[in-house]
Amino acid sequence: MSDKYIKKATRHVNQNEDLIFERSSPGKKGYRLPPLDVPEVDYKQALGQAARADLGNMPEVSEMEIIRHFTRLSTWNYAIDLGMYPLGSCTMKYNARVNEVVARLQGLAEAHPWQPEKVSQGALRIMKILADCLLDITGMDAITLQPAAGAHGEMTGIMLIHALLKSKGNPRKKILIPDSAHGTNPATAAICGYAVENLKSNAQGMVDINALASQMNEDVAGLMLTNPNTLGIFEQEIHKIAAILHDKGGLLYMDGANMNALVGKTRPGDFGVDVMHLNLHKTFSTPHGGGGPGSGPVACKKALEPFLPKPVVMSKPDGTVGLDYDRPQSVGRVRMFFGNFGMHVRALAYIMANGPDGLRQTTEDAVLNANYIRKKLDGTYELPYKSASMHEVVFSDHLQSEKGVKTGDVAKRLIDYGFHPYTVSFPLVVHGALMIEPTESESLDELDLFIDAMQSIAREVNEDPELVKTAPHSTRVSRLDETAAARKPVLRWKP
Amino acid sequence: MPIPTDCKYTKEHEWIQVQGNSGTVGITDHAQESLGDIVFVELPAVGTDLTAGKSFGTVESVKAVSELYAPASGKVVAINEALNQTPESINKDAQAAWMIKIELSNPAELNGLLTAAQYEAYIAEEK
Repeated sequence: MSDKYIKKATRHVNQNEDLIFERSSPGKKGYRLPPLDVPEVDYKQALGQAARADLGNMPEVSEMEIIRHFTRLSTWNYAIDLGMYPLGSCTMKYNARVNEVVARLQGLAEAHPWQPEKVSQGALRIMKILADCLLDITGMDAITLQPAAGAHGEMTGIMLIHALLKSKGNPRKKILIPDSAHGTNPATAAICGYAVENLKSNAQGMVDINALASQMNEDVAGLMLTNPNTLGIFEQEIHKIAAILHDKGGLLYMDGANMNALVGKTRPGDFGVDVMHLNLHKTFSTPHGGGGPGSGPVACKKALEPFLPKPVVMSKPDGTVGLDYDRPQSVGRVRMFFGNFGMHVRALAYIMANGPDGLRQTTEDAVLNANYIRKKLDGTYELPYKSASMHEVVFSDHLQSEKGVKTGDVAKRLIDYGFHPYTVSFPLVVHGALMIEPTESESLDELDLFIDAMQSIAREVNEDPELVKTAPHSTRVSRLDETAAARKPVLRWKP
Repeated sequence: MPIPTDCKYTKEHEWIQVQGNSGTVGITDHAQESLGDIVFVELPAVGTDLTAGKSFGTVESVKAVSELYAPASGKVVAINEALNQTPESINKDAQAAWMIKIELSNPAELNGLLTAAQYEAYIAEEK
């Protein structure tokens, strides 16, 4: 195998580790309690039937064993702190350490959501300043920070559309969704009670304006559009799209998942968007993946403001910041307390560390990096849409499939080169898609390393396709039987 | 694999084989091939009324979850329960692995579907 010639970005440290249950031996402990200095209580009497005699199979290990166990497991992970994570559509950018420092400040980390307003002024001001920054960036009029993730933001946004249309007498029946959309868009519309109508893309990978005009009528509540779309292409006729919807009383929802291609350059509020969400865990560098948690603020135009989830953070006449609960038309709460506040702190740290010019530079670098990869790999991999790319680029496995190698095989082989795979088989409008998003975080050296790997894999496909079809070869376990795992999943440690 | 001429086809890659007033529905060989290994099929309950062109279930492969679209309107009179246990039979022979049988409510709709030759030309164009 030609593995020794591979210039690896990272290597896998530990190949094997028992389950924690298999490391257990009776009587081992990771703690020692001080002598009891209060009267002993009979817990069986106190708990009654809830008292358990048998605690089941609890692992018993020493403190060092448990630390080693989880540290070793952690080496099986791939993370942005280990290497490039070119997962298209996910925006796996660097999460700056300064964000973490700020979020861990005692007054913020230990603030309690039930603290009175007057002793929560710092936290409330952070939310207010972040809200104002996000409104400035999006060109919208009002915002809620409550939603906990992108799809949650979508749901909140469509609830706002439903509430506004209902207040006018008819919530309408349908939501239009382009065929290149994120899968969460149709799911959101369905959950909110709307029928989903598919909108076909044109040959440039953009919304077909004529198809939209013919499908738009008084039954359509709105269009959910991602801009730039999932092919990484900016919808150049977005103003016409907005006009077609508005003419028939519909609203334009923008999925802001790709807002990292627009920040500081153009504003959805200026090109006709009525309501949108932002992914703080994508565009604003808060952690993404591994549980995040995410944060998906929803920004809207004036007409939708009365329906925003409550409470809304507001400046009071006395100069303090408070929470406004007096909102009779509100759709209600969508999340306990105020959303994932820790992410608000991190996102604001990112915005303030960059400043307006820094954010604009970030956008330019993200687009530049994607286009550098596009230029270098065009020809090695087929480029199905020729329209200009923004922050991400979508290739297809058309050239490789002649040798029987599919996008998923190339992605698995990329693991052997020390990279996280790109996004596989999405968007669905491209057959055998390879969706690559480097983000602004990667240096020219790292991009070149990635491009070398992709070119090397393309050579391997021609010379030794089996090597690629059976990859990965350098990981703890090699190719898994995903089909068997899905058809006959084994969900228990021991049968 | 040749495309059977005794069926009609949708642009969403379902086939329907009609006998009298009843139609048997499945997905085409081309569909199973582009989906990859199928791991789960969700079918409607017997008795459900279907509308032509609307979703009647989903098929899940290791790659994606896709909607199934009714080639014609009508009531579901039978479903292929065996697909719950052996979804892979669709990959083995998509034409044999039928999904539902329907009692057609408007047989005239069938005129709007593709013939085998038209479907063959359609998938050639899609590639």
